[in-house]
Amino acid sequence: MPAEIDRNELRRLVEAGAQLVEVLPEEEYAEDHLPKAISIPLGRLDDEASTTLDTNRPVIVYCWDIA
Amino acid sequence: MSPRAAWRLESLGFGEVYEYRGGKLDWMAAGLPTEGTNAKRPRAGSLARADVPTCRLDERLGDVRDRAREQGWDAAVVINSERVVLGLLRAKELDLDPDQQVSQAMRPAPSTFRPYVLAEEMAAYMRDHERVSVVITTSDGRLVGLLRKEDVGA
Repeated sequence: MPAEIDRNELRRLVEAGAQLVEVLPEEEYAEDHLPKAISIPLGRLDDEASTTLDTNRPVIVYCWDIA
Repeated sequence: MSPRAAWRLESLGFGEVYEYRGGKLDWMAAGLPTEGTNAKRPRAGSLARADVPTCRLDERLGDVRDRAREQGWDAAVVINSERVVLGLLRAKELDLDPDQQVSQAMRPAPSTFRPYVLAEEMAAYMRDHERVSVVITTSDGRLVGLLRKEDVGA
C-alpha cells in the first residue's frame, strides 16, 4: 500500500535518491515543479512508468493537492 | 489524482511507492522553491517586507505605534510566540487610544495570502480591492511579511 508522506519526508527521500514524479498535465509542470521532479502526466503513467522509472528505487508521486 | 497514480505504480511492479498528499500547493505554501517558467517571476513571498514591525496582543498600543513610526512604518503585524498572525494594525488602528491593548485595537483575522502568488496577481487584487497592504503568511499561518501596494507596483 502506498505510504503517505509530508514535505519533510519527501525531502529526506529525494536526498536519499528517491524518484520524484509530478502527475499533473505537462503545462502545469512547465510552470512550476518541485526541484528534481520529472513529469509523467497521469494519462501516460502506464506507458511511461516502466521506461522512465526504475522499479527497484523508491518513487514519490504528487499533484497539486490531494485532488 | 496522486492516490490513483500511487496505486497504479504499485500494480505496475514498483516496490516502494510514496504519495505526497500535500502536493505542489503544500510545498509552495510553505515558501519552498520550485523550478519552471514561473519560478523566476516575482512572487508575493519574495517581495513582502519581512522587516515589518511586529507586536504581541498584550502590548500597549501607544508603545507599538511609537516603535513602528520610529522605524518608518505606518503598520504593525500582531503575532504570537510562534509567529502566527493574529491581527493587523494599520495607520487607522495605530491612531486609536494609545493606552488600550493591541488586542482591543487591532483588526482581527486579516485576510492573508500565500507566498507563491505571483506579484502581478497581487497587484491586480490590491488595485481592485483598494488595499494598501496585505499580510503574507505560510499555510500554517506564520508571518512571511507585509506586502505593500508599492512593492508590487499597484
